[in-house]
Amino acid sequence: MFGFILRRFAVAIPTLLLLIVASFLLMHMAPGGPFTQERALPPQVLANINAKYGLDQPVLVQLWNYLSGVVFRFDFGPSFEYPDRTVNQVIAAGFPVTLTYGMISFVVAVLVGCALGTAAAIRHNTWLDYLAVGISIGAQVLPNFVMAPILVLVFTLILGWLPGGGWSWSDPAFWIMPVIALSTSYMASIARITRASMLEVLSSNHIRTARAKGLPESKVILRHALKPALLPVISYLGPAFVSMITGSVVIDMYFSTGGIGKAFVDSALNRDYAVMMGVTILIGALTILFSLVVDILYAWIDPKIRY
Amino acid sequence: MTMIEHDKIKGMSDRMAQAEVKGRSPWADARKRFFRNRAALVALVVLILIGLFAAFGNSIAAWSNEDIDYEVMGSAATLGAPSIANGHYFGTDDLGRDLFARTVQGTQISLMVGIVGAFVAVVVGTLYGATSGYIGGRTDQVMMRLVDILMSIPYMFVLILLLVMFGRSISMLFLGIGLISWLEMSRIVRGQTLTLKNREFIEAARATGVPSWRIILRHIVPNLLGVVAVYATLLVPLMILTESFISFLGLGVQEPLTSWGALISEGAGTMRYGTIWQLAFPLGFFVVTLFSFFFVGDGLRDALDPKDR
Amino acid sequence: MTKFLITTALALSFALPAVAASVPEGTKLADKQEYNFWLLDAIKSTDPAKNTDVEGSDILRQLFEGLYNEDDKGAMVPGVATDYTLSDDKLTYTFKLRPEAKWSNGDPVTANDFVYAWRRVADPATASEYAWFIELMNIENATAVVKGEKKPEELGVKALDDHTLEVKLSTPTPYLIKTLAHASTFPVNQKVVEAEGDAWTQPGKLVGNGAYVLTGHNLGVDITLEKNDNYWDAANTIITKAKGITVNDINIGLTRYQSGELDRVDIPAGQYPRLKESNPEEAITTPLACSYAYIFNVSDKGPEALKDVRVRKALSLAVNRDVIVDKVLQGGQKPAWTWTHWAIEGFEAPENADEAKTQEQRLEEAKALLAEAGYGPDNPLNLTIQYNTSEDHKKLAVAVQQFWKQLGVNVTLNNVEWKVHTDRLQNQDFEVARYAWCGDFNEASTFLDWFRTDGYNSGKWSNAEYDKLMADAKTAEDTKPIYKRAEEILAAEAPAAFVYHYANADMIRKDVKGLPLDNVMNDWYLKDMYRVAE
Repeated sequence: MFGFILRRFAVAIPTLLLLIVASFLLMHMAPGGPFTQERALPPQVLANINAKYGLDQPVLVQLWNYLSGVVFRFDFGPSFEYPDRTVNQVIAAGFPVTLTYGMISFVVAVLVGCALGTAAAIRHNTWLDYLAVGISIGAQVLPNFVMAPILVLVFTLILGWLPGGGWSWSDPAFWIMPVIALSTSYMASIARITRASMLEVLSSNHIRTARAKGLPESKVILRHALKPALLPVISYLGPAFVSMITGSVVIDMYFSTGGIGKAFVDSALNRDYAVMMGVTILIGALTILFSLVVDILYAWIDPKIRY
Repeated sequence: MTMIEHDKIKGMSDRMAQAEVKGRSPWADARKRFFRNRAALVALVVLILIGLFAAFGNSIAAWSNEDIDYEVMGSAATLGAPSIANGHYFGTDDLGRDLFARTVQGTQISLMVGIVGAFVAVVVGTLYGATSGYIGGRTDQVMMRLVDILMSIPYMFVLILLLVMFGRSISMLFLGIGLISWLEMSRIVRGQTLTLKNREFIEAARATGVPSWRIILRHIVPNLLGVVAVYATLLVPLMILTESFISFLGLGVQEPLTSWGALISEGAGTMRYGTIWQLAFPLGFFVVTLFSFFFVGDGLRDALDPKDR
Repeated sequence: MTKFLITTALALSFALPAVAASVPEGTKLADKQEYNFWLLDAIKSTDPAKNTDVEGSDILRQLFEGLYNEDDKGAMVPGVATDYTLSDDKLTYTFKLRPEAKWSNGDPVTANDFVYAWRRVADPATASEYAWFIELMNIENATAVVKGEKKPEELGVKALDDHTLEVKLSTPTPYLIKTLAHASTFPVNQKVVEAEGDAWTQPGKLVGNGAYVLTGHNLGVDITLEKNDNYWDAANTIITKAKGITVNDINIGLTRYQSGELDRVDIPAGQYPRLKESNPEEAITTPLACSYAYIFNVSDKGPEALKDVRVRKALSLAVNRDVIVDKVLQGGQKPAWTWTHWAIEGFEAPENADEAKTQEQRLEEAKALLAEAGYGPDNPLNLTIQYNTSEDHKKLAVAVQQFWKQLGVNVTLNNVEWKVHTDRLQNQDFEVARYAWCGDFNEASTFLDWFRTDGYNSGKWSNAEYDKLMADAKTAEDTKPIYKRAEEILAAEAPAAFVYHYANADMIRKDVKGLPLDNVMNDWYLKDMYRVAE
């Protein structure tokens, strides 16, 4: 097990480096620079600015400076788009927000999804089953950029229950709509996966045996069926988490949560190399870490898997 | 928004491989079972209808997808509602362009994105996975590690970067979507190839000196078709969803071309201004199509894998 | 309230009370004087030397105060300066500063603060993207300092004593006073800037001399301003707290206005008439000093056809401005036949025969011109319109594509992002490009200088007479006829198809007063605002 984790780390580091180098070069190949703006800057001013940010050096030197800054000092450099801030500050402002509503959404999606899927499987072919299936397919195909404005319309304008956007660490009312908009489609996926795999497990021999022994149904499900039924859900969690972070772009745009998703899209569009790289590295690292956690979790739940 | 149940597909591929070897064609049985599945059948019919709509919708449209109806322009909320009389069966957008023609054209783009994405996944993923699995050993290790690496890259970010770097165009979109779609496919295919490659008929071919590439193409790939078909069907809606997100970000196809994603995001913006049809029609097509693909995919899987009930 | 217009550049001396919130007699003020306004995007910087955005300027105008402010009509009124004298050669301005002006930390505001701030903007080490503004003001040695050829200390600005500022110019600049309300000219507190480095703009650290202080800033979420008790006119400021709330989606912005979270929000294109009907007292449109155009690339890199004035003229005529204004935008914008915005102070548009024609006549004429130039059904003209990502630009480009189709011109649309768009504009890497210019100050030359041979002039159109006119205007007593003639040349030569003059269509709560609804620059000051009891 330990060797397995070590090996995974050995792959993770070159992956991350590859990601850094690729996005750095891609970004620098793009037309337009961070200081391209409406009023063409006089060449001297542009030269001054480029010198200040080190953009006057060859791309490879810039890449090296950048990498060494990140690796040795954990310094992502100054932001171009937000001249008062460093990238570390921009990320420190946005990332906790994204992580907070992302994590809550994730937990909600897993809990509700599993519960819904299990309930549907237990009450197979009843109205509850049909309802759960209907909801989950519907929720899955409704893009969250349609759902978000509808939520604001209903909860803010019509009902007046929730603030229409913004972020507050002290008031969870601000968290509710982002969590709903972000978690629904994942909840639906998880519900579907759980239902299908629960149905399969429930018809398997060892459950029949457990039932034959006269165990109460609730015990059969909790003790014997739930664990194997959740295996496919776990393998789904890695990709789900990543696409959730991506989905935060929509959340940040509609609910002005100030998260990292919007910062990423903005930085790519504004050629803010520094912020773009910082976010890419962060998300890349998180992705790798998360898929590692998922693999370990999987190995722990399913002892059949040997590494 | 991944929703493909990889475990089930893997299980299915194993069972199919066994059935194949026992000399029973799973296809004939599967067809029967598929046609008995009413939900999947209805979904298939719906998909065919949507395909026909995309192919021939223009011949019944009264307007082109880019012409502005100056009568309606600027008063979409009052004059642009769906109407048979003025030829705007689905109403118009804010500029007075015919939403029916635009939906037809958007359907073409979105379906194309879905199908091209799935096609790339099928071709690249199958060949890559089959090669990796068949050759095995160190090559297999390296090839699969590469897939691991690529899978841990936040691909939506990379796709956004690509579109930003090289400008938005349909070919870039296809390339970007194709780049990421084949990874999971190659893993599944490799798994099945591993079980296939020790079967007698493969060994027989190898013994008679058939080159590896021909064994892969002639003997392995045909036996993968079931899994590949199911996976591809479930991949199409995912590609369409991805495209809609890209369009929402404004990185989709160039005007006057449009796609479902672009139409939906425009319609969602104006849904409060009395022009709900601008959202309803494209969203309706989008949702119905995605539903149908999921049902057909599930139906195919159930039909090909009778044990999994 | 006394209104005073400073339009003359004679050696005069002014001394008058500055304008604060001027509440009419008998008005009952609301108990809660708070104001929430909409921001489209994050405020990127609150450093006067580093800000480049309109929304950033809106914030800076509350946190800092320059030598002059604008009143509700856009006229210049004293800010930190109380009056000035101008030398006979029109090259030396001497400003008297208000002795009671204080920084929010209690320090007095001195002439040195302006000297430091202006040098800082020009200094290459600051790398200000607005260093050009100091050059635009024609301050002595500005260009050399920006280039790094001279030291910042050699910039022609000097503190004669704590409350006297001397500004030396390299050429007479009639619009100088009008530049002094611009955020780039705001003073900064040297002590604080040097002590805190880049972090000096953070809430709690930022020291300003404006009527408000920065008490909170969540990047991309909101920015909070509260009344500054050290402001010299604090006794007359009424709004106690204001919050700028970022909503990236304009439609959601409107929803949140309607739910009561915002007191002012932009109206999405096309929605003004409907809102005017349902909320006549809240839907308000005001002219805004920006002009929208399609620029033709007449440089060597551009297509051959666009070098022919007949083709340009034809394309310009075929743009149905009335349809764009009345049917697409519908927010009080006006069809443009001049580059200068119609509401610019002292601007008089020349007669334009095309303006009087019907669109059918224009279209006929355009077809004839194009045929004369050798383009027609057998030899169709193919053009690409480039525009940057925006729902409105897209709508207009699609409409123009259809207008030009009527002439038999095949148009391809090319949507790129802003950075690519500007990059290509600056390198003449386009055929026809959507463009808009917003005036930096309320005077026609801010528009007309754009088309000078050495102006921004992305299409590289050049005309000797035009250049001479614009050079003459710098020193002329009466610029009206000069600008008129310049516009005539633009109309005849059509270096661009002017489309419309901007207007801001806003929803504003009816109890919010003091917004400058007649100021074409749309520069608003919280200190002039108040809320009445309903």
